[in-house]
Amino acid sequence: MSADNIAGGEARIRARFDALKREGRSGLVTYLMAGDPDYETSLALLKGLPGAGADIIEWGLPFTDPMADGPSIQAAGLRALAGGQTLAKTIQQVRAFREGDVTTPIILMGYYNPIYSYGVDRFLADARAAGIDGLIIVDLPPEEDDELCKPALAAGLSFIRLATPTTDDQRLPKVLTNTSGFVYYVSITGITGAGSAQATDIDAAVARLKSHTDLPVAVGFGIKTAAQAGDVARSADAAVVGSALVARVAGGLDDAGKPKAGLVDGVLGAVAELAGGVRKARG
Amino acid sequence: MSKLNTYRSGPDEHGHFGIYGGRYVAETLMPLILELEGAYRAAKADPAFQAEMDHFLKHYVGRPNPLYYAERMTKHLGGAKIYFKREELNHTGAHKINNCLGQMLLARRMGKTRIIAETGAGQHGVATATVCARFNLPCTVYMGAVDVERQKPNVFRMRLLGASVTPVTSGAATLKDAMNEALRDWVTNVADTFYIIGTAAGPHPYPELVRDFQSVIGNEIKSQIMEAEGRQPDLLIACVGGGSNAIGMFHPFLDDQNVEIVGVEAAGEGLDKRHAASIAGGRPGVLHGNRTYLLQDGDGQIEEAHSISAGLDYPGIGPEHAWLADTKRVEYAPITDQEALDAFKLCSELEGIIPALESSHAIAELLKRAPKMGKDQIVVVNISGRGDKDIFTVAKALGVEI
Repeated sequence: MSADNIAGGEARIRARFDALKREGRSGLVTYLMAGDPDYETSLALLKGLPGAGADIIEWGLPFTDPMADGPSIQAAGLRALAGGQTLAKTIQQVRAFREGDVTTPIILMGYYNPIYSYGVDRFLADARAAGIDGLIIVDLPPEEDDELCKPALAAGLSFIRLATPTTDDQRLPKVLTNTSGFVYYVSITGITGAGSAQATDIDAAVARLKSHTDLPVAVGFGIKTAAQAGDVARSADAAVVGSALVARVAGGLDDAGKPKAGLVDGVLGAVAELAGGVRKARG
Repeated sequence: MSKLNTYRSGPDEHGHFGIYGGRYVAETLMPLILELEGAYRAAKADPAFQAEMDHFLKHYVGRPNPLYYAERMTKHLGGAKIYFKREELNHTGAHKINNCLGQMLLARRMGKTRIIAETGAGQHGVATATVCARFNLPCTVYMGAVDVERQKPNVFRMRLLGASVTPVTSGAATLKDAMNEALRDWVTNVADTFYIIGTAAGPHPYPELVRDFQSVIGNEIKSQIMEAEGRQPDLLIACVGGGSNAIGMFHPFLDDQNVEIVGVEAAGEGLDKRHAASIAGGRPGVLHGNRTYLLQDGDGQIEEAHSISAGLDYPGIGPEHAWLADTKRVEYAPITDQEALDAFKLCSELEGIIPALESSHAIAELLKRAPKMGKDQIVVVNISGRGDKDIFTVAKALGVEI
């Protein structure tokens, strides 16, 4: 096993949050859809994210039927699929990314069926070898932990769970069991890209989660601006931005759906702005 | 697989039928699904709930509906004695209302004040809008934009009944996308909203509770055929999309080993072309909260289904059917659009009953099997809905302008 692999998986996520703690700041987690709008453009985005200020990368796995996602991410997934993106290509992009970056954690985020179809054991081996560190699988609640969560943990990958406003104190321990890496607090009941929560609600929710777990808490859903990201970053260990960035990708396409010049720079510029908001939050 | 002692004990406590079923939903929905399960267990154990169901099934839905001896069809085919279970005579013209009524009474017990539903052809949407009018709750029905266009009469019916119909343009803009959109609504409006799922699919406990509400079909057949023939039937046939009319008919008979059972899938233009036969042409996967047979490509992306019958036009099937197929207790057979159309015409002409295109798939299978059976044998076919809604589709297929 190479040195990279030893530092990968859950260890790479922990190392990143430890570093953020030493720097005394919150982190920026960015979500983009793999293969949107095409393989090469999205690989260029992936490679550019750490330099633009992304501390952790959520790499979206496209699926035809994303039942918890709003219009922006639905459309991104269909663009990626139309461009020929597959799970194998999504893993391949991470392998290419790792040739130049061994410290930025990558979390694969998506739905279960493409992974189930690929085969759980084969997927975990390929994902780990490529340098994927954790998984967020939206439609696998703790009730279905035998499917992928437990095998993923055994393979050294983090399994990151979503906690929501409907996850009450009675249910929270169940959600936190077998969760590793960090906890992703979804600040609203709703789909991705919908309205954002009040900052005070978020502070209270983060405090509630922190009373149940020592894991870092990332907060997302509805964060669109650097100021909103900064608000979240005051109390949360990381702020997650997805739909707003995916919408920037969509905005950089011409009428035929092809990337216009400057798409990559435009999206990475938006990431840099968000990173500025996060870095100033506790300043 | 060897025969089991019982085929009626599922699902297990986690909502599984063998490897099928389960609860594959976003965390936001998990507490709701657990709450629903608890409420359903309590309702099931409460005689007052059953009494309320029985009252409305009798006086509002019009149950029991007849088990009708199809004499001319029997003579025409020259084999087994044929009975039709007349679900098309229910209020709103199909079996869908049995389930909608049950879920509505459950929603009221749970104190929910807003109802959502998905619909393909619009039959489930109409049945949901109907019970929402009767029980005075606001109703939003999600319907693929493509289906809104091809099922205009049902869209108008729903709006007459006071429901709001929201066309869904995401994805392929058909039934599966309508279900995605209903789930998105539910994730957003968790506190006050009850989601009336239209078929025996979705996350546990939906496949179980929809089956239970539809089992009135099979239970009535059991007593009606005893009265008519003094014995149980040899063969049951029902069409299967999601499979709620079929599981409701089959479930009470699953442990009667002498009763042969056939579910009919929509083979569309043929299994080598566009179709909706997820058991014959799909493989296990996870969608809409459950594991079941799905039409999907090699990368686990869901494929579009096709059937002339909008009610069978779904790329999956209820998880209990998936399990019954694997255990071989139920045989699943494909019927094409053309075979269904031929059966539609024949049944209309011979029996004076215009069956739904969905039910016509079951009749088409009957046409293949009944002539090979003995005159002393008995077949029951579920006429799950009436075909008035389909006359435009059929006219178009026959090249007739109306």
